[in-house]
Amino acid sequence: MQRHLISAADLTRDDAVLILDTAEEMARVADRPIKKLPTLRGRTVVNLFFEDSTRTRISFEAAEKRLSADVINFTAKGSSVSKGESLKDTAQTLEAMGVDAVVIRHGASGAPYRLATSGWIDAAVVNAGDGTHQHPTQALLDAFTVRRRLVGRDTGLGKDLDGRRITLVGDILHSRVARSNVDLLHTLGAEVTLVAPPTLLPVGVETWPCEVSYDLDSTLPKSDAVMLLRVQRERMNAAFFPTEREYSRRYGLDGDRMAKMPDHAVVMHPGPMVRGMEITAEVADSDRCTAVEQVTNGVSIRMAVLYLLLGGNEPAVSHARTTEEK
Amino acid sequence: MSKTLIRGAKVLGGDPQDVLIDGAVVEAVGRNLPAEGAEVVEADGKVLLPGLVDLHTHLREPGREDSETVLTGTRAAASGGYTNVFAMANTFPVADTAGVVEQVWRLGQESGYCDVQPIGAVTVGLEGAKLAELGAMHESAAGVTVFSDDGKCVHDAVIMRRALEYVKAFGGVVAQHAQEPRLTEGAQMNEGVVSAELGLGGWPAVAEESVIARDVLLAEHVGSRVHICHLSTAGSVEIVRWAKSRGIDVTAEVTPHHLLLTDELVRSYNPVYKVNPPLRTERDVMALREALADGTIDIVATDHAPHPHEDKDCEWAAAAMGMVGLETALSVVQETMVDTGLLDWAGVADRMSFKPAQIGQATGHGRPVSAGEPANLTLVESAYRGQVDPAGFASRSRNTPYEGRELPGRVTHTWLRGKATLVDGKLT
Ligand SMILES: [Zn+2]
Repeated sequence: MQRHLISAADLTRDDAVLILDTAEEMARVADRPIKKLPTLRGRTVVNLFFEDSTRTRISFEAAEKRLSADVINFTAKGSSVSKGESLKDTAQTLEAMGVDAVVIRHGASGAPYRLATSGWIDAAVVNAGDGTHQHPTQALLDAFTVRRRLVGRDTGLGKDLDGRRITLVGDILHSRVARSNVDLLHTLGAEVTLVAPPTLLPVGVETWPCEVSYDLDSTLPKSDAVMLLRVQRERMNAAFFPTEREYSRRYGLDGDRMAKMPDHAVVMHPGPMVRGMEITAEVADSDRCTAVEQVTNGVSIRMAVLYLLLGGNEPAVSHARTTEEK
Repeated sequence: MSKTLIRGAKVLGGDPQDVLIDGAVVEAVGRNLPAEGAEVVEADGKVLLPGLVDLHTHLREPGREDSETVLTGTRAAASGGYTNVFAMANTFPVADTAGVVEQVWRLGQESGYCDVQPIGAVTVGLEGAKLAELGAMHESAAGVTVFSDDGKCVHDAVIMRRALEYVKAFGGVVAQHAQEPRLTEGAQMNEGVVSAELGLGGWPAVAEESVIARDVLLAEHVGSRVHICHLSTAGSVEIVRWAKSRGIDVTAEVTPHHLLLTDELVRSYNPVYKVNPPLRTERDVMALREALADGTIDIVATDHAPHPHEDKDCEWAAAAMGMVGLETALSVVQETMVDTGLLDWAGVADRMSFKPAQIGQATGHGRPVSAGEPANLTLVESAYRGQVDPAGFASRSRNTPYEGRELPGRVTHTWLRGKATLVDGKLT
């Protein structure tokens, strides 16, 4: 693995499978009475959030604490950091404090890449979502969820997603989740299809390693997993689609549409869901919907990523066992 | 008056000749000219060009003296072989009155390194709503003939039409920065394969091309001439080519960076590559080179856009747009046009001196290297190759996309009306 995790495209198949397998080990720890591992004791991880996202921050924080890291939360309020220089200033402050890893969320695409490559800081950088670019831990937790559901928790170990048909539906244009997932799922051997109105697909999407369709109904029967992306209501003000109602009629997943999916197929959502827009309550609350599992899996994946980046050379869990036996 | 003998220079790339400067003018061009009483500059193997003329420079004064001043900008110009630069109007305050253009013009006179011809704003405050006092700027000491809202597009079709018509009264020209504002809201880079991957707001080629198409048709309709700033797409080239074939009085420029760099560089998220118009694709670069060679694009203009370090030392979205270019322009043109066989040195003289002077109606610049002409000259060591080192720039800013890149050619001497402003690569 590389020293930073900036983009899902940077991961090889073997890197990705290693992370998924390590996350399964981490998940087993969560099933124990004592959920903590001493792996990152004495290491400092900063959650540097320039954009509000309580869900993602809490998930990282839980992962860091379960690995016994010292955690610093730095949440910069939107407007005061609109000027770029504060990213550099903040980075140098953190560098002076001797942090080992920076988990960064930023509204500007490329900010984590800049942080990792500009010589401002030595720490490992984990991208927790940048602009409309990438959100690699989200893609990893999605792949983890798909593998568990479709391949199996134990039978999945060491395996990728070869031949699994995964459909992403919604605002692809503005979605870092979509970009990360296309990269990672392709690397893992899945067949990816994007479904969206043409206005919500980027120019240049034809070069991505996936299929593109404007028609959800014809894609559903050929999907092993359908991943719904959040569609912000404000997009209709910029003429990306006419009305909320028309969007949900053409691209929303309701019970009737879900019935067109194969029996084994699952419905995924990275959250937060806009019920009534891209997903109906009936679908969101059905047991085919993995949204809650995805949240749980997110902690395991982030534990695995931090563990692997901060370089535990010994297996994380056996190490834990000896500690527990003390 | 002092005399200078430039010995054995390839004038416009031709056979070696001597050029004798007496005072402010070229006294003679020929072989074995007498050296008596003259300071001799050995120019064996070097190329002598007319002093370069840049129709598109941002000198930043007044208002942003932290990035450039008229003095530092004209020193950079002399370093790059320029003897005349046209200073864009997007200063603070905007150069939209006779007072501001006269101030810039006077600062240029005082600098002594390079003539400065101010460009006047088309609309008050570059806001695109109300015509600035174009006639007053023309009649001022600065004698403005080129008008541009550069940085912003004169997007309102009626305002553009009126400006094109109005400046005919005194032979002015409107230089359009072609950028449809609605299509480029939040735009960060060329819209295409790379922007899709990087998640940066796309800047579609059509935002440039649609404005150019509209403006050449407007120019035709009202019988005016129009100049198009920094063409950056293959489609823009096609439109200008079509317009010229139709007899429309249109001229166009291309920047050195659009002749060399592509949007692939943005993958680094390094804001030195952030520029307006954005870097485009390889296909566009090739079309621009071809168009400059066949004359569809008339001139090279630098769009020299200095920015302080902190405006580039940040994440992409927060960074300022623009690159410095005066001190690397000729090298980039040699790399992309001369060394590729697309253009000879006479062609370079045409695209970087004769034609820009003609479009801007610069007097005393862009003249042939012959007896009786003003001694505005540039001597180039074309055999040189070296890495670009921004630390050596005369510009106050360092925002070059070429740092560390090996480029050919180096300007060793520049003369402004017979006075050396650059000697052996050093400013006087
Ligand atoms: Zn411009």
